[in-house]
Amino acid sequence: MTETTATLPETRLTFPRKYVPVAVTAGLFVAMLVAGGIRYEGFASGQVVLNVFVDNAFLLVVAVGMTFVIVAGGIDLSVGAVVALSTMISASLLADPGLPAPLVIALVLAAGSLLGLGMGAVIHYFEIQPFIVTLAGMFLARGLCYVIGTESIPITDGTFTAVADARIELGAGMWISPSVVIAAVVVLVAGYVLHYTRLGRAVYAVGGDRQSALLMGLPVARTTIAVYTISGLCSALGGLLMSFYMLSGYGLNAVGMELDAIAAVVIGGALLTGGSGYLVGTVLGVLVLGLTQTILSFEGTLSPWWTSIFIGLLLFVFIVLQRFIGVRRTRGGAPVATAA
Amino acid sequence: MSQERNLARALTAHRLFWPVAVLVALLVLNVVFTDGFLTVQMRQGHLYGSLIDILRFGAPLILVALGMTLVIATGGIDLSVGSVVAIAGALACLRISDLTDQGSVTGVLAAVGVALAVALVLGAWNGVLVSVIGIQPIIATLILMVAGRGLAQLITDGQIITINSAPYKLIGGGYWLTLPFGILVVTALVALTGFLTRRLALGMFIESVGGNAEASRLSGIRSSGVLIVVYTFCGLCAGIAGLMISSNVSSADGNYAGLWIELDAILAVVIGGTSLLGGRFSIAGTVLGALIIQTLTTTIYSIGVTPETTLLFKALVVTLVCLLQSPSFRRKAFRRRARPAPPPPAPADGPSDASVSDVTAGEGREETVRNR
Repeated sequence: MTETTATLPETRLTFPRKYVPVAVTAGLFVAMLVAGGIRYEGFASGQVVLNVFVDNAFLLVVAVGMTFVIVAGGIDLSVGAVVALSTMISASLLADPGLPAPLVIALVLAAGSLLGLGMGAVIHYFEIQPFIVTLAGMFLARGLCYVIGTESIPITDGTFTAVADARIELGAGMWISPSVVIAAVVVLVAGYVLHYTRLGRAVYAVGGDRQSALLMGLPVARTTIAVYTISGLCSALGGLLMSFYMLSGYGLNAVGMELDAIAAVVIGGALLTGGSGYLVGTVLGVLVLGLTQTILSFEGTLSPWWTSIFIGLLLFVFIVLQRFIGVRRTRGGAPVATAA
Repeated sequence: MSQERNLARALTAHRLFWPVAVLVALLVLNVVFTDGFLTVQMRQGHLYGSLIDILRFGAPLILVALGMTLVIATGGIDLSVGSVVAIAGALACLRISDLTDQGSVTGVLAAVGVALAVALVLGAWNGVLVSVIGIQPIIATLILMVAGRGLAQLITDGQIITINSAPYKLIGGGYWLTLPFGILVVTALVALTGFLTRRLALGMFIESVGGNAEASRLSGIRSSGVLIVVYTFCGLCAGIAGLMISSNVSSADGNYAGLWIELDAILAVVIGGTSLLGGRFSIAGTVLGALIIQTLTTTIYSIGVTPETTLLFKALVVTLVCLLQSPSFRRKAFRRRARPAPPPPAPADGPSDASVSDVTAGEGREETVRNR
């Protein structure tokens, strides 16, 4: 679908139409930065922007996985629960049998991928809506958290605390955490996979029109299962980053994170019908969400629940905007079926 | 002999067979584990018993799922019901806590009226976003789901509002004509909805909009009107459920009231056999689905499974029911068996029978019957 738009002769607009949603998000991010810098003392420093990355590294990784799923026309509601499960598995394995950190990290990543793989397989082979399957996956993962333990488990392992305390100095008093570096690597790798490989192309094709993709001979089964596996892997990694950040495992971690991830992807310009969206948009979406929280904390007098009202408002504005930009695609105001 | 087999086949092919089977299985499990599970007693003019409790605590879920059924029948989904539950409860409790006499019936009625009016407006807002602006339902209602929690906390100012009002307590915790009031409200609403959708043309309009909104518009049905009505009704149902939940505990909690009820409601609808793709719905199925979820919760307590594993148990049952309902799963799993046997519930065992996809003539017929 995006390819068709690109080849249309654009006589008046020199800016490709497909980049408009991403450009709007980028514009909003810059506007928020400028507005914050004018309004608040000490806002316009590099560290404030870097802190947005530091505080949202795990959300960024989770949203990257969600981008794959949404571009492929699906949805993954289990990500928050998988993040919580990952913090729980790593905390309990480090505490009780005292397994070495690299082994724990490998196990957590394998568990997340396996869960994603299972959900993808059920979605594809049994033709059950992704919404319901990942919902069951969410219950399963949260349930497993409670089976491991209902209390918060602290992490005292040397490797984990070392990563948590590490600061990478960037000069001029600015620093980032190793999690930011990991998140950046994930974004770069995912960007390469989504935009420059056969798998990425198949993801867009399956999201655009599953039937056509099948008729074109693209590996629909492999692609569908792959996106959920990627999402599971990203959620597990996000969970590890969260355990670095919080140094504990808890079954109620990351409640509602799936909404934040979906919101970030949508604000980044991806359509939930699938087949369109960019990874850079998702990164900008996460930054806008993070900056919203920063601004509200700078404001001070506003209650924390304004965050969710503001995010809802942002979602509304962006969705209506998308609706009018993409009005050529779906004419007539007919509702689009939710489950792809 | 073959007649019996045909009867058995017709029975298992019925849309409500699996939901009823699961509910009966759960009830039998309870009878085995709990003494006097089925007894219903009369105490001080009120009916008491485990079955009554299941109905009473399941009432809000049945209501939310009822509204959700119609929304899903139009091919949509409403994620915002949990937020509407919280907002309605918060508004009513706020108004009542401001009254000088919390026992005054008119004051409580006014508060209930305001809360329900707001719930209607919120539902209509979703309907307008979906039908007039043409946003995907899942996204359109996501907006209110995210913002609604914030609104509810804004109303309660982040606190839990506690009230002490006898007339308000009646809605969710009181009794009337020996039965819990909530059950009566639910029965009335389910009957009304059943009448409106199955005895009048409205149900057919809803199903046709769910089947193909554009085609129904061209054949003279005002699709956008139907959509707005359906989402508004869903908002109203969520609002009433919110009143029940807050009335039952005599307080309003903007943060946790109705949390994840949208997921339970959607599950109830799906378990009841309504397809998420829209185009057909079953109100009886939804009521069964909601009862299954509530019975499941009761069962978990009565058979001594720790409450921590509730979610795990729920995940397994949901997976099981969804797999049983998936035509493609039944085709693959029951291909060589004369009689259906319970399949393995683990979600990770999908790829094992990946290559099996052929359809035998018998199963093809079964599917045709099922789709009717």
